[in-house]
Amino acid sequence: MPDTTNVSSDEIIICRDVHKWFDDFHVLRGISVTVRKGEVVVIFGPSGSGKSTFIRTINRLENHQKGDIIVDGIELTDDVRNIEAIRSEVGMVFQQFNLFPHLKVIDNVTLAPIWVRKWPKAKAEAIAMELLERVGIPEQAQKYPGQLSGGQQQRVAIARSLAMQPKIMLFDEPTSALDPEMIKEVLDVMKKLAGSGMTMLVVTHEMAFAREVADRMIFFDQGVIVEQGPPEQIFTAPQEDRTKLFLSQIL
Amino acid sequence: MSIATDIVIGPPDRPGAVLWLKKNLFSSWLNTLLTILSTAVIAFVVVGLGRWILFNADWSPVVQNLRLFAVGPYPVEQMWRIWAIVYMVSFLMGVSGGRWRGSVQTFALAMALAYTVLAILPISLEYLPLASRLRLLGNVLAAGLGYLLGRRVAIKGRWLALAWALSFALTLLLLGGLRNAAVAPYLPFVESGRWGGLLLTFLLALVGIVASFPIGVLLALGRQSSLPVVKGMCIIFIETVRGVPLVTILFMTSILLPLFLPPEVRIDRVLRAMLGMTLFAAAYMAENVRGGLQSIPSGQVEAAKAMGLNGWQTMLLIVLPQALRVVIPAIVGQFIALFMDTTLAIIVGLLELLAIGRAIINSNPQWLLLDMEVYGFIALIFWVFTFSMAYASRRIETAVGLGKR
Repeated sequence: MPDTTNVSSDEIIICRDVHKWFDDFHVLRGISVTVRKGEVVVIFGPSGSGKSTFIRTINRLENHQKGDIIVDGIELTDDVRNIEAIRSEVGMVFQQFNLFPHLKVIDNVTLAPIWVRKWPKAKAEAIAMELLERVGIPEQAQKYPGQLSGGQQQRVAIARSLAMQPKIMLFDEPTSALDPEMIKEVLDVMKKLAGSGMTMLVVTHEMAFAREVADRMIFFDQGVIVEQGPPEQIFTAPQEDRTKLFLSQIL
Repeated sequence: MSIATDIVIGPPDRPGAVLWLKKNLFSSWLNTLLTILSTAVIAFVVVGLGRWILFNADWSPVVQNLRLFAVGPYPVEQMWRIWAIVYMVSFLMGVSGGRWRGSVQTFALAMALAYTVLAILPISLEYLPLASRLRLLGNVLAAGLGYLLGRRVAIKGRWLALAWALSFALTLLLLGGLRNAAVAPYLPFVESGRWGGLLLTFLLALVGIVASFPIGVLLALGRQSSLPVVKGMCIIFIETVRGVPLVTILFMTSILLPLFLPPEVRIDRVLRAMLGMTLFAAAYMAENVRGGLQSIPSGQVEAAKAMGLNGWQTMLLIVLPQALRVVIPAIVGQFIALFMDTTLAIIVGLLELLAIGRAIINSNPQWLLLDMEVYGFIALIFWVFTFSMAYASRRIETAVGLGKR
């Protein structure tokens, strides 16, 4: 059984001293983070710093080799049932959207609710239409992903994740593959989502978004957390030299 | 930039026929020469072939043996069973054409046309009796009735698919009959050695295609498995079969297999050939499908997993539908090859279409030199069906939007 004795009900993600290696390469070198319910956490840092790998360990798209990860009271181990239980509670949005090209938009959104949650088709479709409404593209429901623009595809991907009614949403550089004029429409949807009280972990370089929406920012470099704090502190008074250097390069 | 705004460029006028000819066939002296030369070659071949077909060739071995070509040595007094199967298929083709329209309708139409042409073929009634001609027209009628039914009544696609599956089982039952004494007077047993001709060619190909597809998919999945035993066995099977000619495999299943089995287990001769063809086709199918599986980006699997789908759901709902779509052309190409490979069954003593042709040539000393006619006729039959398969493949590719999305 997972060790849940010292978990306060408010803490939905607990990582303690998480390590991961890709062969000899030590990607994550002792990450300890706790995320509270409803918190919006922005993770940033140079490429190769392990930030994407870290959020992918939270729904076990990557396994960790040392340390504990406890999500919503369930510890992540090799137990397949635990993994599937957690994945249905944790939504994920990818840089490359990863929509299913052979399914219509509406079927992309209803797939997991029908097959994992076992909802009747009518209920799944009603909720899917509601979500497509929320991300602003209900009129695209009967199209295939290939017929949509990048921004529209990413909004479908967000609706698809939300259809499982997750408690946590992970965003892995959601706007990095988008043309500049489409970034705003995706960020707007994410802002609305943050406003609705969703727990969010966002890997992004959109610093304006972070400043406006994040409760906390975490700076990753070379597999460790260099610094974390509320946006005002990170932007106006960073403590570490590496943070200062990185911010000066991207701002 | 504003200078050009008032110039409207429309599409260029379509060139006239003379202009098109000049541009494409007579653009230079070399092209003109090539055009004249190739026209001469084509005219020479067409005229020569036409003259041979119409005047010089002696079609008597073909014309006098239509039943043999169709069903081989199937008992004449049981021919009603063949006709029942043909009626059933015609009717189902009609219904499918009416229900699904599009290229299925084209196929139903082509089939009805072929029946009509056969029915009014200007050959002696001695070789194609009036009763057979009327039955052919009756099949056109059955297809027509089926078509009307398919258009008027909303039949669910899956019921129609089920009807096709049932018709296949019924076909085997009708062909073989039963050993059971109670029904023997009505449906006497016909041993599979008496199935032959186009009928046997169809059966071998159809069973090979229908059975090798799922086995091939399973083998491809097994080869990707993370379980070393499953993976190893799949690799050994695939590579062994692919490393051996089909003839060898047919010999193995037809002659060696019965030696290994206990004497009380007897596998039918046709069934043994079917087994060989299926195993052979499955190994190649597995490699085709594997190619498709590897073309699916890993992000698709990650997205499916991140949503909580389990391994089977991810495979069946996300990966396989996309992978199979990619390899449709390769799979159909393989089906066509399998259809033509059925002629190899001749070496294990089955009387499929080609074997019947040879038997006919050898049956009458006067026909010994008429092999051109017989093999030409067989080639035509093969061409008609392989061309249909290739056509169907192209239509399926368009329908699933291959290369579009």
